[in-house]
Amino acid sequence: MPQYYNIFTRLQVRAPVYPGVPLPKGRLPRIGKGGYPWFTYWIGKVGDTQIGPLYLGFWGLTSLMAGFLAFSLVGLGMLASVSWNPVHFLKFFPWLALEPPPAHYGLHIPPLWDGGMYLIAGFFFTMAILFWWVRVYVRARDLGTGTHLAWGMAAAMWFFFNLGFTRPLLMGSWSEAVPMGWFPHLDWLTGLSVAYGDFYYNPFHMLGIGFMYGCALLWAMHGGTILAVSRFGGDREVEQITDRGTAAERAALFWRWTMGWNTTMEGIHRWGFWFAACMMICGGWAILLTGTYVDNWHRWAEKHHIAPVYPETGVRDPLAEWSGDDGNWRVYPYLPADEAPAAASEGDSQ
Amino acid sequence: MAMLNFEKKYRVRGGTLVGGNAFDFWVGPFYVGFFGITAILFIFTGVFLIVTGALYSWSSMGWVENIFQVNIAPPHISYGLLQIPPFREGLVWQLITICAIGAFSSWALREVEISRKLGIGYHVPIAFSFAIAAYLMPVFFRPILLGSWGHGMTYGILSHIDWTNNVGFQQLNYHYHPGHMLAISFFFASAFALSLHGGIILSMTNPRKGEVVKGAEHENTVFRDILGYSIGALGIHRLGLFLGLGAGFWCAVLDVTTGTFWTRPWPEWWIWWLKFPWWA
Repeated sequence: MPQYYNIFTRLQVRAPVYPGVPLPKGRLPRIGKGGYPWFTYWIGKVGDTQIGPLYLGFWGLTSLMAGFLAFSLVGLGMLASVSWNPVHFLKFFPWLALEPPPAHYGLHIPPLWDGGMYLIAGFFFTMAILFWWVRVYVRARDLGTGTHLAWGMAAAMWFFFNLGFTRPLLMGSWSEAVPMGWFPHLDWLTGLSVAYGDFYYNPFHMLGIGFMYGCALLWAMHGGTILAVSRFGGDREVEQITDRGTAAERAALFWRWTMGWNTTMEGIHRWGFWFAACMMICGGWAILLTGTYVDNWHRWAEKHHIAPVYPETGVRDPLAEWSGDDGNWRVYPYLPADEAPAAASEGDSQ
Repeated sequence: MAMLNFEKKYRVRGGTLVGGNAFDFWVGPFYVGFFGITAILFIFTGVFLIVTGALYSWSSMGWVENIFQVNIAPPHISYGLLQIPPFREGLVWQLITICAIGAFSSWALREVEISRKLGIGYHVPIAFSFAIAAYLMPVFFRPILLGSWGHGMTYGILSHIDWTNNVGFQQLNYHYHPGHMLAISFFFASAFALSLHGGIILSMTNPRKGEVVKGAEHENTVFRDILGYSIGALGIHRLGLFLGLGAGFWCAVLDVTTGTFWTRPWPEWWIWWLKFPWWA
């Protein structure tokens, strides 16, 4: 029963390089001369062997320049934070960041070395992303295809801009933005969750996580299905969509017989596209509402009666007894809105 | 009704792993088979126990107002691995777990039988086994390593979130867990690649008004123009399967390593980086 599972390409076919479909008149030429595009044997084991050509164009060039500038400013900011010591830069790199301005500047422009650098880097990152979006959109238009890739990217931009621009603006301080560094952005995440009453209780976070798990699930299902029917040519999906063959029929029947229902060769791509988009749309709302509309997601969950109730553990909390509470330590303190002591609910709009 | 217009010629006998021809039939759109029978038994028993456990979680804590508050907890830690707890205080959780493992395994083997019947590869059941492994870590292997079923993940929509939160804070900051970092990265990469793949296929089949449907030349040109490389129609499914399975794999690793092979706060794990001889 040993069968080939099509995990690697066993026999690589070498055709002449494909320069790409013709560009409309007036466009800059693609980059690809003097041995470029070229072929790679090892990448060809998994994917296409051909590297290049690349269309740079005006928006590609401006986007890369803005991105390079932002990237360099982050590096310079990190380097400055270790007194320009290159060894310390490497040694402490995971802990370093270009930090946003301190809270007391609010939305004012801070000095260059007290958060100003962060705003400049953030500005150029934003520009790079906007230019890249235009590039993705124009590429689709030039080649006569749909613009789905650009709208998928727009969903991620909604999330990104809420993190770095819209939410800080609504909160009235650039200090709310995310530090640009490895461990520091994780610390920011932990801090945001703790400061606003456990992010896990944020319903949009729940939905975003659900869609994110769903993306991995759908990818495993779809990737697995297509590889399983690749012996019937199932990887040629557009052909299977427009002229259904036995690969699409077997793929559909696999799921129909397994779970009683199937989508189509085109439908699975709508599912995937929307799961990924919804992850970012929900994530964007999760960020935007935190601290602006809701101060404490756990209290929000209690107010709307979705927080679980736990039995008492019998462990006494001396600090709570000292402060006048009954001292019965629950796994989570449960304070229904109508039973909460006045002091606890004061100034708590949610 | 249940049959698609091309389905009849695919509904052939054979391909079963056990049971011969005995269970080789369909009910509506569902294929049954021996593992369909075992799956449905585990599912009915498990769902019955879940409803029972949910009702108990209501009566023990006063009225739970909605499904979000339901919590079916594992036994107290003091029961260890071998003592049998009362039904309401954890045995129901253990029985639900047994039913879930039985149902998931039956489902995977049923997928194998369906793959054999259709003459296609076993990629999907193999992929599903990664998900089963990721489920088994928090409810089976990690509790065994820690010596008590009480360490298992609780069942409930909001309560399993609290469990996750608590396990994370037990080691100070879970975001520093390298397995968590990898799992998150694989999840994000899955979503990113899925959006690119879904987007490109939809943009080929739904082109600009007045244009004909586009094929592989355009797919490759779009990605080569934008990124300088197109992995190709076959390669993207290998990559997608790898990313999806990577997410599941690292989920399993991060859970089973927490509190077992590493008991210190996760931020301390990274000290090895600072102890390299060239800059220590």
